Amino acid sequence: MAAIFQGIGTTASLSTSNSFDSKRFQFPSRRSYLSERKGNLFVMRSEGRIIGGSKGRGTSPLVTSAVASKAESSSTSTASKPGHELLLFEALREGLEEEMIRDPTVCVMGEDVGHYGGSYKVTKGLAEKYGDLRVLDTPIAENSFTGMAIGAAMTGLRPVVEGMNMGFLLLAFNQISNNCGMLHYTSGGQFKIPVVIRGPGGVGRQLGAEHSQRLESYFQSIPGIQMVACSTPYNAKGLMKAAIRSENPVILFEHVLLYNLKERIPDEEYVLSLEEAEMVRPGEHVTILTYSRMRYHVMQAAKTLVNKGYDPEVIDIRSLKPFDLYTIGNSVKKTHRVLIVEECMRTGGIGASLTAAINENFHDYLDAPIVCLSSQDVPTPYAGTLEEWTVVQPAQIVTAVEQLCR
Amino acid sequence: MALSHVATASRSQLLNPLTILLSSSLRRPISTDTTPITVETSVPFTGHKCEPPSRTVETNPQELLTFFKDMALMRRMEIAADSLYKAKLIRGFCHLYDGQEAVAVGMEAALTQKDCIITAYRDHCIFLGRGGTLLESFAELMGRQDGCSRGKGGSMHFYKKEGGFYGGHGIVGAQVPLGCGLAFAQKYSKDENVTFALYGDGAANQGQLFEALNMVALWDLPAILVCENNHYGMGTAEWRAAKSPAYYKRGDYVPGLKVDGMDALAVKRACKFAKEHALKNGPIILEMDTYRYHGHSMSDPGSTYRTRDEITGIRQERDPIERIRKLILAHDLATEKELKDIEKEARKDVDEAIAKAKESPMPDPSELFTNIYVKDCGLEGHRLMGKGSS
Repeated sequence: MAAIFQGIGTTASLSTSNSFDSKRFQFPSRRSYLSERKGNLFVMRSEGRIIGGSKGRGTSPLVTSAVASKAESSSTSTASKPGHELLLFEALREGLEEEMIRDPTVCVMGEDVGHYGGSYKVTKGLAEKYGDLRVLDTPIAENSFTGMAIGAAMTGLRPVVEGMNMGFLLLAFNQISNNCGMLHYTSGGQFKIPVVIRGPGGVGRQLGAEHSQRLESYFQSIPGIQMVACSTPYNAKGLMKAAIRSENPVILFEHVLLYNLKERIPDEEYVLSLEEAEMVRPGEHVTILTYSRMRYHVMQAAKTLVNKGYDPEVIDIRSLKPFDLYTIGNSVKKTHRVLIVEECMRTGGIGASLTAAINENFHDYLDAPIVCLSSQDVPTPYAGTLEEWTVVQPAQIVTAVEQLCR
Repeated sequence: MALSHVATASRSQLLNPLTILLSSSLRRPISTDTTPITVETSVPFTGHKCEPPSRTVETNPQELLTFFKDMALMRRMEIAADSLYKAKLIRGFCHLYDGQEAVAVGMEAALTQKDCIITAYRDHCIFLGRGGTLLESFAELMGRQDGCSRGKGGSMHFYKKEGGFYGGHGIVGAQVPLGCGLAFAQKYSKDENVTFALYGDGAANQGQLFEALNMVALWDLPAILVCENNHYGMGTAEWRAAKSPAYYKRGDYVPGLKVDGMDALAVKRACKFAKEHALKNGPIILEMDTYRYHGHSMSDPGSTYRTRDEITGIRQERDPIERIRKLILAHDLATEKELKDIEKEARKDVDEAIAKAKESPMPDPSELFTNIYVKDCGLEGHRLMGKGSS
């Protein structure tokens, strides 16, 4: 690891996202891994480049000109040519359906995903098209239907399991930890578990404590799984597709309050990288790391900060496990100040792990201790005002940046 | 079905004299006589919401001798594992199957390798039945590279993908929903195979079992749930843990069959019946009335919650290997000496496998980080992260 980051250190400090990529390709170690890859996946970097040495066996070719969110503001985040507008839950559905068309082993299971169309309409219409077995309405038995999905994945199917609310997946923790995460290892590599577990989590609008949980902090220690969090229609569709195509078990965290976000996304097919962070707003003064809903609180705070003369760099980390320390590291080396804004609780949250990881790897580049803004270590209360105080608000972000940059 | 000593088992081995990886020139071939013999099972089957099959089972000399040989090998393997554990070459948990061999061989005789078997942690003998080798078994128990899971799984995590053996699971009951998933995949691909999901009398009280039963019955999945009832959930007798120890009836709307699990022919008959049933009428529960001679695991003496008389009584009256031995002798299929020779052969094979396994090296330190993820794009970064922090 030291070798890679020394390599980055020697590049120009004012690196744009484009130059990250070109430097990345020069590392011999990365090349050798690429040549070993048996996957048939073309992966889009967020700047629109394709990496990959595969000879395109059976892949649908992806278009290089599909452009991603490298712009300064989120409103012009996508297409260079006219795409189509849709809401985030529709983007998820589009990604899921495209993968179902492409690969007959992709199937869906969960509560009310079939005839009801999904409690957040992500699977609406799929059961009519693909049948009741392929879009399976399960009884309310999270532990066993998650186990069932994992068993099916052991034979080669690619189930997409929906937790109606991520919090319910606590009931399936044993299956997710022991079977989903560990079977590839304990079987000495004999079985792959290409399962996707997805669902909404996070603090909503007065949904109560049990329906406002952030499971990413509980799952993050499980070895063998990958975790990603989507935040825009564009990355929702791209991450959904990437998660389904991945041979590893992936947990895709959606957020209850983000399903109705509207965005224009490309008509062409695209798949995003599961391990890559997204540069939302390049800047110079401070690196703000965030994901999911808090991205929007951060961007709101960023408007205020810009008016006050600050230039924050905002990165949506997207990949919660593993962290994209590459992108994050480059940013830290540029700004030397880090603020993490997350929705997890302070204790044992994603922010806590990220703080440790950055301290460990980039300690020399920090001019100030890392500041981590998290939700309070409390069950989410029902009352609106109390709930508001549980999560990080834009005003707190502004204050934190001002203090950090003093 | 021939117990294979090479990496992959194949049906054709039934017709050839067995060749063993570690063979000696004194190997006696199994009789290839397939003239049918009709035998009655020890006790009749009891059915729940289904018509039980008849007590009459058809078998043949080849099958009986194969049963004898396979069970002798399994018994030897487990006893050798006992010694290895006491010699501290096997560590951690080691759950031995001796006494229950009839379930493994009887089930194997009724299935093909396209059918799936999944079980809990008492998995060494089922692994052998599915085509695992003695070397893979002992090497895994001792944590060596040549183990079936490369030394990274241990006693509770034996797997054999080519043999349709899905493990090997440590958490009680968690393998049953996995088994539903295997059956779901079989239904999804419409391949006319079935899944046998095994669990114990202790696991029968797990909630996920009933969740699984509901789902397999609801969607007509080709799953057979097999309760290996050895009457003790670790140290707790079944009547102290279950209000209703009639495990074959617990499926309620799912039919069930109670089988003498110490009679390999009864097990074979029941499993054949169950497979047909599952493919035509949906899931069924089999309760195998069996017994384990050892304690729950090597750290359990096995005598604090049951009497030694009980154990020796079962050994004298119901031992599965003895039953087949008596059957073979009664039908004059082999002499006593020949049977003793088979047992000696088994002992020899086991000793050779242990010697070979001891030579197998420990896993390389780099193995710590392999197989966490399947090789995929960008994951190399994570691996480097792992190394960086250690």
